[in-house]
Amino acid sequence: MSHTDDHSGSRRDFLYYATAGTGIVATGAAVWPLVNQMNASADVRALSSILVDVADVETGTQITVKWRGKPVFIRRRDETDIKLARETPLEDLRDQESRNKNKPDTDASDQNRTLDENGEWLVMMGVCTHLGCVPLGGASGDFHGWFCPCHGSHYDSAGRIRKGPAPRNLDVPISAWHDDTTIKLG
Amino acid sequence: MSGIPHDHYEPKTGFEKWLHSRLPIVGLVYDTIMIPTPKNLNWMWIWGIVLAFCLVLQIVTGIVLAMHYTPHVDLAFASVEHIMRDVNGGHMLRYLHANGASLFFIAVYIHIFRGLYYGSYKAPREVTWIIGMLIYLAMMATAFMGYVLPWGQMSFWGATVITGLFGAIPFIGESIQHWLLGGPAVDNATLNRFFSLHYLLPFVIAALVAIHIWAFHTTGNGNPTGVEVRRGSKEEAEKDTLPFWPYFVIKDLFALAVVLLVFFAIVGFMPNYLGEPDNYIEANPLATPAHIVPEWYFLPFYAILRAFTADVWVVQLANWVSFGIIDAKFFGVIAMFGAIAVMALVPWLDTSSMRSGRFRPMFKWWFALLVIDFLVLMWGGSRPTTGIYPIISLIGAAYWFGYFLVILPLLGVFEKPDTPPATIEDDFNAHYGHH
Repeated sequence: MSHTDDHSGSRRDFLYYATAGTGIVATGAAVWPLVNQMNASADVRALSSILVDVADVETGTQITVKWRGKPVFIRRRDETDIKLARETPLEDLRDQESRNKNKPDTDASDQNRTLDENGEWLVMMGVCTHLGCVPLGGASGDFHGWFCPCHGSHYDSAGRIRKGPAPRNLDVPISAWHDDTTIKLG
Repeated sequence: MSGIPHDHYEPKTGFEKWLHSRLPIVGLVYDTIMIPTPKNLNWMWIWGIVLAFCLVLQIVTGIVLAMHYTPHVDLAFASVEHIMRDVNGGHMLRYLHANGASLFFIAVYIHIFRGLYYGSYKAPREVTWIIGMLIYLAMMATAFMGYVLPWGQMSFWGATVITGLFGAIPFIGESIQHWLLGGPAVDNATLNRFFSLHYLLPFVIAALVAIHIWAFHTTGNGNPTGVEVRRGSKEEAEKDTLPFWPYFVIKDLFALAVVLLVFFAIVGFMPNYLGEPDNYIEANPLATPAHIVPEWYFLPFYAILRAFTADVWVVQLANWVSFGIIDAKFFGVIAMFGAIAVMALVPWLDTSSMRSGRFRPMFKWWFALLVIDFLVLMWGGSRPTTGIYPIISLIGAAYWFGYFLVILPLLGVFEKPDTPPATIEDDFNAHYGHH
């Protein structure tokens, strides 16, 4: 009898574990689609890239375009903007990284932020790195750049965080010259 | 069943006996509304009924509003205007729903502070308190998502800022944020799911309310003295209590009528007083309003969120200790949720053996300061982030945490409480004379 009991006991244990294991896997398989349906759908996910004509952008002004549901700032900087950004020592910057998708793992010097070598064109996401508001442009804030009205973050003329709660410099998206007067985003 | 001895439902007729042996539903209702209730309850105990009324009001007006609302980014704003201008009585239904949310929060804040003053959270009512905090969280989630639905500027930017809080979580924050939004930014997917959840959550709240009531019907109501009802015998218990029906129902309905007088005056004559004018501008993803403010009931916690900037020493310390993982943004988020968490943990943070604040001479003053602090934070949350305001919010936030984490634990050691009356009956007779 005892031999039979031991035998049936181990078989029963096996059945418990197998049933519980199957139950957990089945529950997970049922729950995952319910969670995953909330992720971005295919039409949202479809990577779109857009072309922006910047021929009419005057020096010292900025245009804002909508790309992937978010604003992108394209600023044609004037001499003051460039001078201020390039004369700022790196050690004065709170975020030391360029945050430039086109130049990963580079420091936050002005040359690593701009689209062209001369620093005339600055392309970046118009999304405050604090909580996602759109900062105000036109040489705003304490550093002649952008100022986020929501919680008071100040960015300089290269879009680098200088003061306030935001943790990072404004992100520079994948961008390149498509031709002489057109910028391609994405 | 309830620990206080009282008469239970006895089926008398043949039909009652037939039903009772199959489904004792009449007995459940009878025992619920006839519950022995401490007869010394003051006017601070009426807010539960006001809250129950608010929940019903919001569900009823919400269901009919949903018959006319369209959750689509191109149509939502126009459909709300359609409710306001075209739907029969639509403007009234919407103003009732929008101001109903404000009444709901006024009532819940008074209800919570009632509990904090009279020690309602103390043993054996910790579970009632925790369930109440869950209701409060569900209310905030529901109100937040409801505010997004009209798709005005404050709707859109409020949603962007609040879902941005989840983006502050290190490493996985952005994935969670995109999952919540259904894409990289607040858009149609976000609006649709918020509508779905805004419709669902009130029913979750209703279930939690049932559990909340079940919990305090098990322990018995608290009362202003904090002295428990005597339970030795039914006769003894009846000296301390009166049945909920009709005594407290009538009292509560009278109080509700007074509250509704004020409520309907606001709904009728100043329905937009508590709202933001910017929300009558349709959502624009390319322009942030100059000044984003949440609804008034979120302001104290919004102030705490904004108070902890990178130049505050505790933020710098947290940043250093965590090797830079906790930045100012994440710290603000932790502080905001932490402010609610410390309140939820108050049953275990308050070390005093005296339940009611009425008999705690030192506690009274610290509590009064907490109420003032809450109002100051509410004001601070509505101010801009420049000048003196961040400092005021920071001091306010410090006191909020100090009250729960330092003052309450220490008061239990240093304070010598006064002597409460021996029984509820004594307290009642001292106030109303012996009849």
